[in-house]
Amino acid sequence: MDTVTVIVGSSIGGVRTAQSLRLEGYEGRIVLVGEETELPYDKPPLSKSFLASTATEASICLLNQQQAQELGIELQLGHAATGVDITGNLLQLQGQEALHFDNLVVATGSSARSSPWGDRPGIHVLRTLDDGRSLRGNLAKGGQLAVIGAGFIGAEAAATARMLGLQVTIVDPLPIPMSRIFNSEVGQWFGDLHRSNGVTTIFGTGVEAIDGEQGSFTLRLTNGQNLEAATVLVGIGAVPNDTWLESSGLLVDNGLVLDEYCRTVDAPHIYGVGDVARWRHQKHGEDIRIEHWTNAVEQAACVAYNITHPENPRAYTPVEYVWSDQHDWKIQVVGRVGGNAEQDIIGDPEVNGRFAALYTVDGTNLSGAAIVNWPKALLACRRGMGTGITVQELREKLEPMLDPQPLQAS
Amino acid sequence: MPVVKADLGACQGYANCVVGAPDYFDLDDDGIVVLLKIDVPEADRQRVVEAARSCPVSALRVED
Repeated sequence: MDTVTVIVGSSIGGVRTAQSLRLEGYEGRIVLVGEETELPYDKPPLSKSFLASTATEASICLLNQQQAQELGIELQLGHAATGVDITGNLLQLQGQEALHFDNLVVATGSSARSSPWGDRPGIHVLRTLDDGRSLRGNLAKGGQLAVIGAGFIGAEAAATARMLGLQVTIVDPLPIPMSRIFNSEVGQWFGDLHRSNGVTTIFGTGVEAIDGEQGSFTLRLTNGQNLEAATVLVGIGAVPNDTWLESSGLLVDNGLVLDEYCRTVDAPHIYGVGDVARWRHQKHGEDIRIEHWTNAVEQAACVAYNITHPENPRAYTPVEYVWSDQHDWKIQVVGRVGGNAEQDIIGDPEVNGRFAALYTVDGTNLSGAAIVNWPKALLACRRGMGTGITVQELREKLEPMLDPQPLQAS
Repeated sequence: MPVVKADLGACQGYANCVVGAPDYFDLDDDGIVVLLKIDVPEADRQRVVEAARSCPVSALRVED
């Protein structure tokens, strides 16, 4: 009888796991279960091209019925998973008969942290396609947009709305919001970027309450000011979708806890992928969870390999990578940045229109980098993170690219 | 033999392909993908398909 791999979660992590299993030659059944009724879709465009209407629902589709059929992937959409019986190997579904599995892949992702100021019409979060449609619809009506939270989603949506011609204000309780990720100098540049593109920033200020209704909200701020807005976007982070696993006996602690091969400790035929997965990163020596697209894709490939090579599994030790597009900046972050790491900045956004901030934890070797508008520096950093490179070596390599040496008179 | 194809207009220079298969992909100075090889022998197929699929904007395809 065919073995069955059931994948719970129909976003990028789940879809790529299914595709990679076929690429690895897996011949059993693959069942892809999704809570949403939508065909699987890609999330990064929701705050960028989809919000700007340059991408369509069809163009951000990750797997249509025909592609699923060709790969022998059984799509079961519109079914929320409610629990796992890890001894009986059953995935429990809402209003639906439980599914038997030989291998289970948990790829249920994360959800936008909900608004503590109410979630009535006109107060949006941005995580799902439906969120995207609804925000896009409201932006089309015009009027002020207030974005609460200057993280990647909020900052990207603010930039897109500005491009669409809206008046946009970003409110964030931190004085330099991007200092959550970078140090304050680079963080300051991000604030400058938004202001120079016409976004109003109110940083170091929280939101006490949102009064009013769609089209005429008033945000009462902690500094005593009021901010008027037609539409509000709340971008205050995400939480892993792991509560449905709590009754299963699997270890859940801010995500599904996994070993270095992305298997649960108690049931090695149960794997995790993407935002919901907290796995043991051997090189970092700690359990980490990453909410980024590239991680979901790479982890999916690793899990597909481990399902098809159970006798010889591969430890998952990625170099972190995330990008963000805001106004005319392409921001790319490799490895680990900020925190206690020392920083060395090459280039200047004002002078060069590009820069690379290099980080080192031990004072010598590159441990991470934040790069803006500089593809060759990105490549050098990504390669260097793989093979090992010092900050000094990178500086020597990148600096001449930035400021070409004048030709020597002969 | 399968061949790899790039949509240069779609490429945004994320470099996931270069990390996945550095012997097939590179970036030029503007951050646009450069194909170092076109033909994909069967032995390379799996990793080149994985590298193509790691493109965030689906700018790469391996076609039979």
